Amino acid sequence: MQKTSNPAELAGICRQIRRHIITMTGAAKSGHPGGSLSAVEILVTLYWDVLRHDPAQPRWPERDRFVLSKGHAAPVLYGVLAECGYTPVESLNTLRKLGSIYQGHPDVRFIPALEASTGSLGEGLSVVLGMGLAAKLDNSPTRSYVVLGDGEIQEGQIWEAAMFGAFHKADNVCAIVDYNRIQLDGFTKDILDLEPLAAKWQSFGWHVIELDGHDIAALQAAFAEAAATKGKPTVLIAHTVKGKGVSFMENNPKYHGVAPNAEEIELALKELA
Amino acid sequence: MPANTKFELKLGAPTREAFGRTLAELGKENPNIVVGDADLTKSTMTTYFAKAFPERLFECGIAEANMVAIGAGLAMSGKIPFVSSFSAFIMTKGFEQMRCLVAYPNVNLKVVGTHSGISIGEDGPSQMSMEDLALACALPNFTVLSPADEVATKWAVRWAANHVGPVFIRCGRVKAPVIYDADATFEIGKGVELLGGTDVTLVATGLLTAECIKASDILAGEGISARVIDIHTIKPLDEELLAKAARETGALVVAEEHLVDSGLGARVAQALARHAPAPVEFVGLTRYAESGSPDELLDHYGMRAPEVAAAARKVLARKK
Repeated sequence: MQKTSNPAELAGICRQIRRHIITMTGAAKSGHPGGSLSAVEILVTLYWDVLRHDPAQPRWPERDRFVLSKGHAAPVLYGVLAECGYTPVESLNTLRKLGSIYQGHPDVRFIPALEASTGSLGEGLSVVLGMGLAAKLDNSPTRSYVVLGDGEIQEGQIWEAAMFGAFHKADNVCAIVDYNRIQLDGFTKDILDLEPLAAKWQSFGWHVIELDGHDIAALQAAFAEAAATKGKPTVLIAHTVKGKGVSFMENNPKYHGVAPNAEEIELALKELA
Repeated sequence: MPANTKFELKLGAPTREAFGRTLAELGKENPNIVVGDADLTKSTMTTYFAKAFPERLFECGIAEANMVAIGAGLAMSGKIPFVSSFSAFIMTKGFEQMRCLVAYPNVNLKVVGTHSGISIGEDGPSQMSMEDLALACALPNFTVLSPADEVATKWAVRWAANHVGPVFIRCGRVKAPVIYDADATFEIGKGVELLGGTDVTLVATGLLTAECIKASDILAGEGISARVIDIHTIKPLDEELLAKAARETGALVVAEEHLVDSGLGARVAQALARHAPAPVEFVGLTRYAESGSPDELLDHYGMRAPEVAAAARKVLARKK
């Protein structure tokens, strides 16, 4: 893989990842395209610009860690891992099929380059905090990143972990909330409202950065600010659009957990050409 | 004390105390050992480790689910974490985290539940763990240990630290009668035949092991020869030893400080149904208990040698 800090190049990679998400979930006839599309810029900026990692040495001890706590957005992670060279691109369309390494939710048994199996919501923040503690014990420069769903942070464990992270001054941990405002049953504001979200994290002792989660330059600046913030962990509240990049999927709760059909795949790929 | 056995059954340290002492020893030997506790270090006895290695003790506060997941993250980064709380809390509040982050991806986390059973005493049913073995055994990849005394506990904790994979260790609050010599050796997944016998086999774990030894004495007075087996490894279960006992004695009693429907007894019955069907009677808990002193509760809820002996007579009557 060729790492890059150039926002235009990163945007090009994002388009490619979005095409993977559409074809993958389309081939699987199930999966979660909406919340995968909303997190594309976040993951691409991390993997191509921010994370210290090496696909040739997936277990390099001092690598940065990434955990996709909202495991149902597996298609975006699979697209990214494949384009980085960790896993094959050509079998992405076996997503969710028996025997595929591209399981419905990320599974370390099938992809050893994953840091953690996820899928049960609310757990990933604790996991990266554990990784952060380990890095501090080892005096390792490793930083640990986790992407949380907005609906996911309705889980109580997230707030146990938030309290723990600030108390233990986990400044080598960065959480990103993919705030696309939609969960399975509808809009978060109608299911169980998260607001005031920034104030919640602030009151838990986190350094909070609010930004447009599709603005690559803003993401780059925020990750740099997070790395420079000492004595407390950072959370990026990334305002995103569910289904981003595909007009008929954008902001449409239907595509939280429904894959595009053949006609929709064609339309979507045309928009993402 | 039992006249016809070699066991004095003097009260030793609580198994939680043996856990805490051993953990502190291990901390000295291996810098990768780290510990999480949920505001109970003085009860779980991780306090010894905390005093010796404060930088490796992570106080998680009263948040067991987070603690288990933090432990999983530490293990994923190459540490050997022990997380501990009352068994009643860690196995229930941390269960889902154990299922998804530890059991299924086979992560190297050690879970130690203390104050198990009803012998926690006065605190009552909210703090009593009667379901922990069932929960731990329900998780594939977990090894489940239930040591009977301080010697077996020391071995169990050391074994867990050296084993790569998830482990649950069940410890108790009260002083436990010493069964093993200090230099006794154990093997994972292998029960220990403490006493030979030909008429019936008494299978036990934890505090009930000593009661079964006492029960064998009662039975000996009636001319009944009882074999006594201590099962320190609940999973994987020593099916071979149990099947041999079933074939040679033809009847068994299983005794445990746990719900009878879902603990060691259920696992023994399953093993025997597979390999050597034989009548079995069960001594254990069938309902939630109440406050009282540990000794009163063990008496009141039938966790003693006379109940084991009665179960033996009952199963002998069923034996063809």
